Amino acid sequence: MYTAADLRKGLKIAIDNEPYIITFFDFAKPGKGQALYRTKLKNMMTGSTLDRTYRSGETFEPANLEDRKMQYLYKEDDHYCFMDNDTFEQIHINEAALGDAKNYLIDNLAVDVLIFREKAIGVDVPNFVNLRVQQTDPWVKGDTSGSDSKPATLETGYVLRVPPFIEEGELITIDTRTGDYSTRVKG
Amino acid sequence: MAGNWALSRRRGALVQRGAIFDRVRGFFQEKGYLEVETPFRIPAPAPEAQIDAVASAGWFLQTSPELCMKRMLAAGYDSIFQICRCWREGERGTRHLSEFTMLEWYRAGADYLSLMEETEALVGAAAAVPRIVYRGRSVELTSPWERITVADAFRLHAGTTPQQALAAGTFDEIMVEQIEPRLGLTRPTFIYDYPACCGALARLKEGDPSVAERFELYIGGLEIANAFSELTDPREQRSRFEAEAAERSKQGKAPYPVPEKFLESLAGMPESAGIALGLDRLVMVLLDAETIDEVVAFTTEEL
Repeated sequence: MYTAADLRKGLKIAIDNEPYIITFFDFAKPGKGQALYRTKLKNMMTGSTLDRTYRSGETFEPANLEDRKMQYLYKEDDHYCFMDNDTFEQIHINEAALGDAKNYLIDNLAVDVLIFREKAIGVDVPNFVNLRVQQTDPWVKGDTSGSDSKPATLETGYVLRVPPFIEEGELITIDTRTGDYSTRVKG
Repeated sequence: MAGNWALSRRRGALVQRGAIFDRVRGFFQEKGYLEVETPFRIPAPAPEAQIDAVASAGWFLQTSPELCMKRMLAAGYDSIFQICRCWREGERGTRHLSEFTMLEWYRAGADYLSLMEETEALVGAAAAVPRIVYRGRSVELTSPWERITVADAFRLHAGTTPQQALAAGTFDEIMVEQIEPRLGLTRPTFIYDYPACCGALARLKEGDPSVAERFELYIGGLEIANAFSELTDPREQRSRFEAEAAERSKQGKAPYPVPEKFLESLAGMPESAGIALGLDRLVMVLLDAETIDEVVAFTTEEL
């Protein structure tokens, strides 16, 4: 069971027995008022969204999902294909259901595929993944414009801000919980 | 060269933060305020129902320097300001840090209306520009700012009254979801005259005891400051603290010791007004930062 203090982006909870994922979370406290936890929730079955504000003291049941260890194989149209490493069974999940996870899918990445009522409805990726920088502008030494970051496109097509010293072809670590650059992979 | 990018990339924001702090100090020095420092670690915080202090070796880290600064007022320090760290348990989000920087100032002889004018001048001095852009909107900082009562805001933005909302237990939700996002969008907004129950240390309004002489400042939907004409009646203050303590115990929270020395000193406190302004939030607005994390050197999570 979760309390309001556990709520955060990415957490999966059950509402009316259906699995929801928190896609936006913020803490609010008006004036001298009480703590409020504002969320946007996406129904993982239907994709429909809800705005909900919770109070401290409220409790939540985790979404009742089964997770299966699988690896990512390939993308076909707007479907992504995953394979169970034990049974070699393959399943497809559409792009909308993957959400931000699609930004991190590189060949053979080990993921947890989330199953609800025997249907695959999403995946959990590792907290940190290493991805190669496909395109970014070179760093001009002595640049005095004061810019402290620049955009980079990764091998998955994901675009994010990286430090100016990152070069094309480098491997970098992304924190998948925030979607932010974490560090450069040495070597 | 890799270093700590999350930290080094904040240099621009931290340089501007420092300049804003300098201008804030300059503003108060010019007006003859004394900068004071009171202890961060105190035996008894104000027992407010919704603010939780962080325990520290049997005492508490201050949630605000309010009680010590009011004891100074009572002792004859008539114009004082302080920039200090405050701690509030469990408050963390894009606009909250559990440890944050507060600016508080108090002036004998002032009331909340004169404090609104002084707040306009202070924020203007801190900004040093007549208008800013925050979250894609141009916000005019020149006087006069917008003023709206809590009752008008509830009627205008939520189609209800504060009394109905309080009775239904939805006051805070309406504030957060329907009112706050609409305050201070084109120029800063003072929302004032809160229901009497929403100001444990505020004086009730002369001629209308259903409201407290309290205001909050919003810029671009972001709450920046909270102020009141100070309650100076020790007996009334004690009974308000008892009511807040009762509410705390109803919520299952451990009681705080009663701040007896503060209550004793209230008898000698002059009519005055005081304000608490979240400096990190003010810096956020002036720098058009999306989150409070961008304007501090370290967040709790980075320690």
